[in-house]
Amino acid sequence: MVTKLPKVPVVVVGMGWAGGIVSAELTKAGINVVGLERGKDRTTADYTMGHDELRYQHRQELMQDLSKETITYRNTVSGKALPMRHYGTFIVGDGVGGAGSHWNGQTYRFLPYDFEIRTKTIERYGIEKIPAWMEGLNDWGLTYNEMEPYYDTFEKMAGISGETVELWGKRTNPYPTPPLVKTPLMKEFEKAATSLGYKPFVIPAANLSESYTNPDGISRGACQYCAYCENFGCEYGAKGDPAVTVIPVAKQTGKLELRTHSNVLELTKSGGKANGVIYVDMLTGEKFEQPADVVVVASYVFNNARLLLNSGIGTPYDPKTGKGTIGKNYCYQVTAGGSQLFFEDREFNLYGGAGALGIEIGEYMGDNFDHAKVDFIHGAGIRSTQYGDRPIAVNRVPAGTPNWGAEFKEKSIKYANSNFPVKTQGASLPHKENYLDLDPEFKDEFGYPLLRMTYEYTDNDRALGKYMSTITRKIAEEIGADIIDTNEEQGPFNVNKDSNTHNTGGVIMGSDPEKSALNTYLQMWEAENVFVVGASAFPHNSCFNPTGTLGALSYRAAEGIQKYLKEGGILVKA
Amino acid sequence: MSEQEKNNSVLDKRSSRRTFIKNSGLTVGGVVLGGALGSLLIKDDKSTTTSETQNHATTPTANPNVALMFFTPNQYQVTQAAVERIFPEDANGPGAKELNAAIYIDHQLAGPWGSNVKDYRLGAFYKAEENQGPQTKILRKDLFLAGLESLNTYSNQQFEADFKELEATQQDEVLLAFSEGKVELYGKVSSSQFFSLLRTLTLEGVYADPMYGGNKEMLGWSMRKYPGSRMQYVAEIQDEKFIQLEPQSLNSHMGH
Ligand SMILES: Cc1cc2nc3c(=O)[nH]c(=O)nc-3n(C[C@H](O)[C@H](O)[C@H](O)COP(=O)(O)OP(=O)(O)OC[C@H]3O[C@@H](n4cnc5c(N)ncnc54)[C@H](O)[C@@H]3O)c2cc1C
Ligand code: SF4
Repeated sequence: MVTKLPKVPVVVVGMGWAGGIVSAELTKAGINVVGLERGKDRTTADYTMGHDELRYQHRQELMQDLSKETITYRNTVSGKALPMRHYGTFIVGDGVGGAGSHWNGQTYRFLPYDFEIRTKTIERYGIEKIPAWMEGLNDWGLTYNEMEPYYDTFEKMAGISGETVELWGKRTNPYPTPPLVKTPLMKEFEKAATSLGYKPFVIPAANLSESYTNPDGISRGACQYCAYCENFGCEYGAKGDPAVTVIPVAKQTGKLELRTHSNVLELTKSGGKANGVIYVDMLTGEKFEQPADVVVVASYVFNNARLLLNSGIGTPYDPKTGKGTIGKNYCYQVTAGGSQLFFEDREFNLYGGAGALGIEIGEYMGDNFDHAKVDFIHGAGIRSTQYGDRPIAVNRVPAGTPNWGAEFKEKSIKYANSNFPVKTQGASLPHKENYLDLDPEFKDEFGYPLLRMTYEYTDNDRALGKYMSTITRKIAEEIGADIIDTNEEQGPFNVNKDSNTHNTGGVIMGSDPEKSALNTYLQMWEAENVFVVGASAFPHNSCFNPTGTLGALSYRAAEGIQKYLKEGGILVKA
Repeated sequence: MSEQEKNNSVLDKRSSRRTFIKNSGLTVGGVVLGGALGSLLIKDDKSTTTSETQNHATTPTANPNVALMFFTPNQYQVTQAAVERIFPEDANGPGAKELNAAIYIDHQLAGPWGSNVKDYRLGAFYKAEENQGPQTKILRKDLFLAGLESLNTYSNQQFEADFKELEATQQDEVLLAFSEGKVELYGKVSSSQFFSLLRTLTLEGVYADPMYGGNKEMLGWSMRKYPGSRMQYVAEIQDEKFIQLEPQSLNSHMGH
């Protein structure tokens, strides 16, 4: 039995950064919002015992419970997808704050090149530079300059700490707070990179470098470099987290009705529009229908695509014909090409750190270097980070060391405080056979099909990784270490081993309804009262962590929703 | 081993224990010197016997966590022998056995994680391609017991003795075969899957917060100069010198 509830103006599915930002903006504008979040509510008090590596990192305390739903995965279109039965690569957020509670906080803007990537690539290198399998590569439908004000708003809300980087797009304002500190290992990178002619910068961070009050009046204290950041919530509220920024602001308006333990199963529809959503109370099993004028889907990349597919909203993407849009252009990121440094008699205070603490160069990002003679496009950030090494997770040993036994113990202890990486974060461009659809066999707890991912690294990824390995090697050698291990090859994708959490695409934006699911307000071309917010909207993934860009897009979506509530109709002419 | 070699190895052992105490940065006679370190000092001068360890366990500082909620005593002993080979005692300090990794494993397998409660368990279990992650239906707790049993079966086949009776080098050979998936366990599960569970659990038992039963007196942390779960490192992180801090466990956060 499904209990039908009274209609509301806006229902938001998911309370991470995307849902939190949209809820805050709409409620501040006086609009009533019902927020449905499948997990529990959270505050900083939840993290009093937060420095528990086992519970949070290795038992995934803050993550989606896979016994209820997971994804299935295969490397190629001809393979059989099988469920990810326990956590490996994709650690998916759950509860108020979503992944924004346990993220690292590295907060970037994408490059002007990213937003017009197709046009600019063709302009500089000709159409031949884009291989046939990358046909889905497209401009985003808006430029960096149009994105700039939304980036600015996001950065001010979260209090991003950083320094202006010349090689990136122009900023109207400096970062709201100065960069984080430079640690000895960061200074090593800085010295080496500078002497090689690069211009290193401290990674922009949502871990506050100093106490800060944002335009909404939210005050937060400075980061303590406690090192329990990636995979953990911040007990100080120093990390920008929806649960300590936008969600309290939305709650304060009195216009947000937040319903936790409310898992949305599908959207209902009639006549090219959504009527609302059906959800289940995860504690009691009761089902409800919540009608709304606008449905905002902000349930992360995977469920954004899955909810639409399970509801029959939008046309599913077909990799054979290239037609359809839902599930298209799923992208990931390239992390091959790193060099690991080991020192015989130098120790660093590696037990300390922060999720976004690090230093980087921008010379190999995007189209900042000439690609005429290389067989890939786009690029990578090259960086040394200091997140804080926790002892269960981090046992770096020189290549060739066994992974257990006497030698392993000796080396893992010897180098525990005497190593650091020079690593890469590379862009991921769409391949026509990398996509998301519904699994034909496996179901969630409630009988709805799971999302099926078909994904493999591409030739572009492998070439990019190999090229970057020469650069990380050069920097590592300039730093000078007793042992340097460089990883040159991008191996096959492995659902339990790869460890990047930056999934993008599946419900992408653009200017052409044939090629994209959303317009630049993240409004669905095929269902005008549905807005799908998140990194699912990215037509490709850049060489940066995604949240700065998805945060900016969430502000733009919130603006679009307000416009839509007033005027109705499709907000952008196709 | 010649008499000469034996003497040398005893000497090596002694000096290596001293190195550990020196490295751990804890002053002998200071308040922080806990039972484990104390017993190491004592053991340094006497030969190590099991009865001594047991005596230690019944002293007033006995840890009530050291009791079994899952294993039989024999399973516990096989586990102790196995974890010790994954993470053996050496010049740095105690091995996984002394650190109570087997107690940690007992407690983990008894709890929800041992029964895979947060894993996806629906649908059919097909054979996985290499990059798809394990697709076995067997629960962690049952996989572990099947692994222990196979360790003994295989040890008897190869060396005509139970695993815990073997020489360390023989135990290493057995574990190597298991890690390479050369042995089939109950239900055709590969031994490498058991081995990787054993390895993971051993490292967790050495390095997880002591409230979980392992990492006895935080000695796992002290060995690698890890300060545990302190609240902040604003000064340390900027210092050119390495700053060694005495470890603190979650228990120290109880006052907050
Ligand atoms: C360990 C880790 C580190 C990261 N570090 C960085 C970083 O340094 N920089 C960066 O830019 N990004 C980082 N990311 C990625 C970043 O966290 C995400 O990009 C971002 O938080 C996504 O926000 P979102 O609102 O789109 O999704 P989420 O935060 O995932 O929020 C979605 C919410 O929807 C809920 N939900 C899902 N399905 C349903 C449903 N059916 N019904 C109801 N509710 C539902 C979920 O429970 C969740 O709370 C990291 C991610 C992880 C996991
Ligand atoms: S490192 Fe800083 S931001 Fe991260 S959890 Fe610790 S105090 Fe918070």
